[in-house]
Amino acid sequence: MALNSITRSQFPPTLSTSIQAGIKHMIYDETHLAMQTSLKKIITEKINPNVNQWEKSGKYPAHYIFNQLGKLGVFAANKPADFGGMGYDFAMSIAIAEQIGSIDCGSIPMSVMVQTDMSTPALSQFGSDFLRDQFLRPSISGDLVSSIAVSEPHAGSDVSAIRTTARRSGGDLIINGSKMWITNGEQADWACVLVNTSKNDNLHKNKSLVCIPLNSRGVHRSNRLDKMGMRSSDTVQLFFDDVRVPESYIIGEEGKGFIYQMKQFNDERLVTVAVGLLPLQKCLNDTLKYAKTRQIFGKTLLDQQAVQFRLAELEAELEATRSLLYRTVLSRCQGQDVTMLTAMSKLKIGRLARKITDECLQIWGGAGYLNDNSISRAFRDFRIFSIGAGCDEVMMQIIHKNQNKRTF
Amino acid sequence: MFVFLSPSLSLFSSFFLCLINIKMRILVGVKRVVDYAVKIRVKPDKTGVITEGVQHSMNPFDEIALEEAVKLKEKKLATEVVAFSFGGPKSAEVLRTALAKGADKAIHVTVSDAEAAKAEPLHVAQALQKIVEQEKFDAVFVGKQAIDDDASQTAPLLAGLLDWPQALYASKVEDGGAGSLKVTREIDGGLDTIKVKLPAVLSADLRLNEPRYATLPNIMKAKKKPLKAIAAKELGIDLTPQTSVLEVAEPAQRKAGGFVADVSELIAKLKEKGLVKA
Repeated sequence: MALNSITRSQFPPTLSTSIQAGIKHMIYDETHLAMQTSLKKIITEKINPNVNQWEKSGKYPAHYIFNQLGKLGVFAANKPADFGGMGYDFAMSIAIAEQIGSIDCGSIPMSVMVQTDMSTPALSQFGSDFLRDQFLRPSISGDLVSSIAVSEPHAGSDVSAIRTTARRSGGDLIINGSKMWITNGEQADWACVLVNTSKNDNLHKNKSLVCIPLNSRGVHRSNRLDKMGMRSSDTVQLFFDDVRVPESYIIGEEGKGFIYQMKQFNDERLVTVAVGLLPLQKCLNDTLKYAKTRQIFGKTLLDQQAVQFRLAELEAELEATRSLLYRTVLSRCQGQDVTMLTAMSKLKIGRLARKITDECLQIWGGAGYLNDNSISRAFRDFRIFSIGAGCDEVMMQIIHKNQNKRTF
Repeated sequence: MFVFLSPSLSLFSSFFLCLINIKMRILVGVKRVVDYAVKIRVKPDKTGVITEGVQHSMNPFDEIALEEAVKLKEKKLATEVVAFSFGGPKSAEVLRTALAKGADKAIHVTVSDAEAAKAEPLHVAQALQKIVEQEKFDAVFVGKQAIDDDASQTAPLLAGLLDWPQALYASKVEDGGAGSLKVTREIDGGLDTIKVKLPAVLSADLRLNEPRYATLPNIMKAKKKPLKAIAAKELGIDLTPQTSVLEVAEPAQRKAGGFVADVSELIAKLKEKGLVKA
């Protein structure tokens, strides 16, 4: 073949994103957009070609991917410059999360988001310099992989009910208990763990967040949990059996762990919304394309008004959720308390993830029920959006609590 | 003693310089094109392809040319890398990308969007020539072709205009000694290795290197690097097209083929169509 006839076909296709040249974005400036463009390129060239194989084998090389993404600055966005971060605004975290959603599965985005905005915000904001040097810096560079360990078998969304304890011995903490549904748990080097550091009756004031190296003596990891979706993500149960770490591994003030975690949850929830936008948009786009070509009773599927209306309404709902996220981020960047808006956004993405994947799968019919169809992966993977990072019901609790403060 | 040492020192330093022998300032042409992943659609009036509301990015072959220049700078064979783009206002976007990927400065030769749509490789080569003459570059790197018009003309036209040697379709670039570059080119049936004396024009082929990704720290640094805009008219470039577009059409749809049961049926069909001798 003549080498001179090389054309655009040599370069792999990409998924279109929210970036549209020349249009001023609600929350993203040109730096946010340039970062998205670069991230999209690495995802298209280095990650997406391998996703099917990783999903099949039930594991992906987290250290390798984190290293690549770390070099790009994915974990550095709004982290302090003194520890390898870029000190940009929270909108950068959202821009990155949104683009990470162009990875062709739910697992890897979830795994990456754990490190960008779930295990590190409290450490970044309240951790001592020593602790940030030890754990934050290598996590920002992507050399270390981390987990967030809050949930326990009997305490998921009800965080205050956790039973893991830390007692003191000399200058050390001795930790006992177990943590459940730990994303990255098999590959992680350290975890940000919520433990009870005192026997105080006030369940909101007796907890602390502690950085625990997972190669410590007494840390045991279960086999990978067999999940409905998110197949290439390693999820385990962690057991702490007299695990000894220095007291200095407590993040910020002792006893403030619950408060820190609630703050940290807000970041976690907003990036969860952001990371859901592109994959759900892809479900709609793919379904629209399929409905255009699939013939039924002498017409295309898309000729059926019921299909048109269904897709139209879902598109409107997705846009509303995207707009709600941007409005929330805008308010947050202006320093407002966005707990209620965050809960609203997270509730909407959870509900919508179920609705879009279910209704699109229905349009695909039998073809969508096959495992090698992306819509079936989306159906399995995104069901978690209503459960993880605080379930729908907890979001509604938060919304109602704020709603009920109103005086008439 | 001093009198004795001084000339030998200068001799030594010139010998040393001769060993390093290249200290290039490289100008790299980068073109803003419709992104490689976009499915190209023809305008209904058949005057061109649809570019509005379509994702654009840096021509991938120009990215490779840029990467090579930046690598040469990292190897201390080049002192400065300047990105160049000829185009409408939005070409500044690809120049920012070039700055984020390691270019030190950028020059934007501006034309209106309407003029850009009709610009030809000759106009771009003329603009490059003017910049080279104004700012004294030792080498110009460009992609072997742009993925929009696939013309492959800018590099050879520029070499002609400047009367410089050219090294086209480079797949490997090395220091050739004595102010030259040793360039390996991919040609049909093998590799061709040539030596070009600097100053020279080089065009980059696909396998020359794997371009880096723009990192967040570098994207932020790029905002502070200088980007200069000069109107093509100020450079005295005559933008009159040399060609006129009669019509732009989609390529004909390939017709579906047929299946044959076995080799003998295939041979029979080929004979029937006169494609092999009966």
